[in-house]
Amino acid sequence: MSTPPPTPPTSGWHTWGGILLVPVLAIFTALVIGAIIIVATGADVVAAYGGLFMGAIGSPRAIAYTLVEATPYIFGGLAVLIGFRAGLFNIGVEGQIAVGSMCAAVVGAFVSLPPGLHAIVAFIAGALGGALWGAIPGWLRARTGAHEVITTIMFNYIAIRSTDYLIKVPFLDKESSSQRTPFIAEGAHLPFLFGPDYRLHAGFLIAILAAVATAWILKRTIIGFEIKTTGANPDAAHYAGMNVPRTIILTMALSGLMAGMAGASQVLGLEHNLKASFSAGYGFDSIAIALLAASNPIGVIPAAMFWGALRNGAGLMQLNSGISINLINIVQALVIAFVAADQIVRQIYRIRSARSAGVTLSRGWGR
Amino acid sequence: MQHFFTRERIIGLIGIITALALLWLVQQSVPDGAISTLRIPYANGKPQDAPLIDIPLPTALTIYVLAGILVGAAFGLMWRKRADLAPAYMGGVIAVVIVSILLTAIVNNRTDIVDMLGRMVRLATPITLGALAGILCERSGVVNIAIEGTMLFAACIGFIVSLAFGNSWLGLIAAILAGSAIVMVHAVLSLHYKTDQIISGTVINILAVGVTGYLRTSVILPMEAGGNRGAALSQFDIPLLSSIPVLGPMFFQHRPITYLMLIMVPLVSIMLFRTPWGLRTRAIGEHPRAADTMGINVNRMRYFNVWISGMIAGVAGAWFSLEASYNFDDVMTNGRGFIALAAMIFGNWTPFGALSGALLFSAADALQIKIQGFDFALPSQFVQMLPYVITVVVLAGVIGRARPPAAVGKPYEP
Repeated sequence: MSTPPPTPPTSGWHTWGGILLVPVLAIFTALVIGAIIIVATGADVVAAYGGLFMGAIGSPRAIAYTLVEATPYIFGGLAVLIGFRAGLFNIGVEGQIAVGSMCAAVVGAFVSLPPGLHAIVAFIAGALGGALWGAIPGWLRARTGAHEVITTIMFNYIAIRSTDYLIKVPFLDKESSSQRTPFIAEGAHLPFLFGPDYRLHAGFLIAILAAVATAWILKRTIIGFEIKTTGANPDAAHYAGMNVPRTIILTMALSGLMAGMAGASQVLGLEHNLKASFSAGYGFDSIAIALLAASNPIGVIPAAMFWGALRNGAGLMQLNSGISINLINIVQALVIAFVAADQIVRQIYRIRSARSAGVTLSRGWGR
Repeated sequence: MQHFFTRERIIGLIGIITALALLWLVQQSVPDGAISTLRIPYANGKPQDAPLIDIPLPTALTIYVLAGILVGAAFGLMWRKRADLAPAYMGGVIAVVIVSILLTAIVNNRTDIVDMLGRMVRLATPITLGALAGILCERSGVVNIAIEGTMLFAACIGFIVSLAFGNSWLGLIAAILAGSAIVMVHAVLSLHYKTDQIISGTVINILAVGVTGYLRTSVILPMEAGGNRGAALSQFDIPLLSSIPVLGPMFFQHRPITYLMLIMVPLVSIMLFRTPWGLRTRAIGEHPRAADTMGINVNRMRYFNVWISGMIAGVAGAWFSLEASYNFDDVMTNGRGFIALAAMIFGNWTPFGALSGALLFSAADALQIKIQGFDFALPSQFVQMLPYVITVVVLAGVIGRARPPAAVGKPYEP
């Protein structure tokens, strides 16, 4: 090769350092502010953060549990990220997870198939359920201009009420005293990787694969190119002959597919049934992870692991220091605030600004 | 396929499907010859007193007629391609659904309809105030999806202060201050740091959930256990006006924040359309560059408007913890801040329009409370979902006709 293609310097250590610097400093600053809150309430910072650390990665079992916690966040972060790339803000991950887990739980418990195949079919059913639930707001956005930020939130409430009904009436386990669906068949379980003691299941591997697949789709396929073009400039995408409404619907379906997989992997890998009020706050956390990952599909994996570590360590933190688990929510919100407004972090630590052109989400409410 | 689903066809189809669903509802749960009675009592009458008037309606026939009107109007809408009538038709569909469900629920029984109308106005309070907060922001060119978080934070701080001093009026003031404080985070992020406004709004929504959850477990619960007590803001009836039948219970027998809402709607309308401040606000929302040329400090004005909107959202938050109940629960605003944005869009960014949008949603809420006492075929979850379904339908039906301020969401760099 005599003439190398004129690629812009987008890879290499200096840019990787730049990408990692802001999230790491954001996390550090948020933890410092968290420490100030702990001191203000009169508790012991060392006991609190020591508990958090030990609870998250202090033993092989703690690490396995952290990865288990991280699994739905990887899927959820990918769901939000795919939307971001097309300029769409999917706040509906919560509802899509609810629908996905409902579909997986019903197929897992009420359909009989050979073992193994059963798990695959149930997983696909969950993924497709989430995809459908994401595609409807996408269709509404593309056809009527109804803004996805509001419609996806409304679809969350609709999904949560509907699944609540489905769990409590048609698919209730009548032999159980608690309100949940029957246990899924043995053959529909996602296998444990290191035995039931460590609880780490195959869903984690699927999540890693999903992250790699997302990176590939966005980087190497036509639909990925259409998604990115639509996100960067929908008018340009339209004049280039792309079908923008179709891209919007497809993006939301793909985004919902990821969220549906989160629900399916929780049901088939971990819970093995579906309780009333199952998914708790995954929606907003997924947004946080997508932001923390700086919209990089592979970056979602460490971001989700950090999130899982905070969640997993919070219990021991509370036990050791008496600090409420809700402190973690504050730390997480501060992380997002600092990542979203990276100018603040750059100002605190005097880093020069090196902003790339981002995607604009707020374009008003119409088309 | 591309152009088959035009706006009026989608809306018309929704109307026809709704009419069919209503017919199915009647088939399922209305016995032959059933009568539903709507009761209008005297303004200050007790439940056991003789009513002003009882309106007996044949249940099935009434719903058939309403459904027939829906279908007829849908074909009219589709045939004449009147996309401009879509919002009005949408409002009609929602009203018919609410009336039909009410009639079906109270079949062969009677209910006090005025009580439901009064509750409708009460429940519209946080949605309308939230929508007013949204209007002030968006008219000046700032998207504010942080209203939900602002309300939640204000509700929490207001409740804590009220518990601490045993005075709910102090709580209300604290809520207003808290709302105006947290919304400044949104203002600074989006106006100074030029963060995407949807993201900075989401940051506040997440922050509010975390902070209020923390405050509830580590401040409110210990205070309540320590014997701190207080009482909700109390109702006062306006003399004379409150004894007018129907209108009295609807508008003049309320608690303070509801009155405040009823005053704020015309007030904001006058401020926005009849004062220099309003003209400037609308100017920087439509064409900030031109406004800047005329000597208006665009970003300072936006800061001011966002700050005021935080105060209004703070009042809305106080409604949850100090007026509707005397209590603070995790995530007690339950999406009302987002519904407020839908009401704002429905009302085409005008205060009175937002009020009418809010009444559509609160009617669904009031209906849900009303029929709890009756034996009804639909599971409660589906009735609870009605306000959210309505929000989606309204958004799908109205946008495209509605025109947001031109510069909304774009940071201004002088």
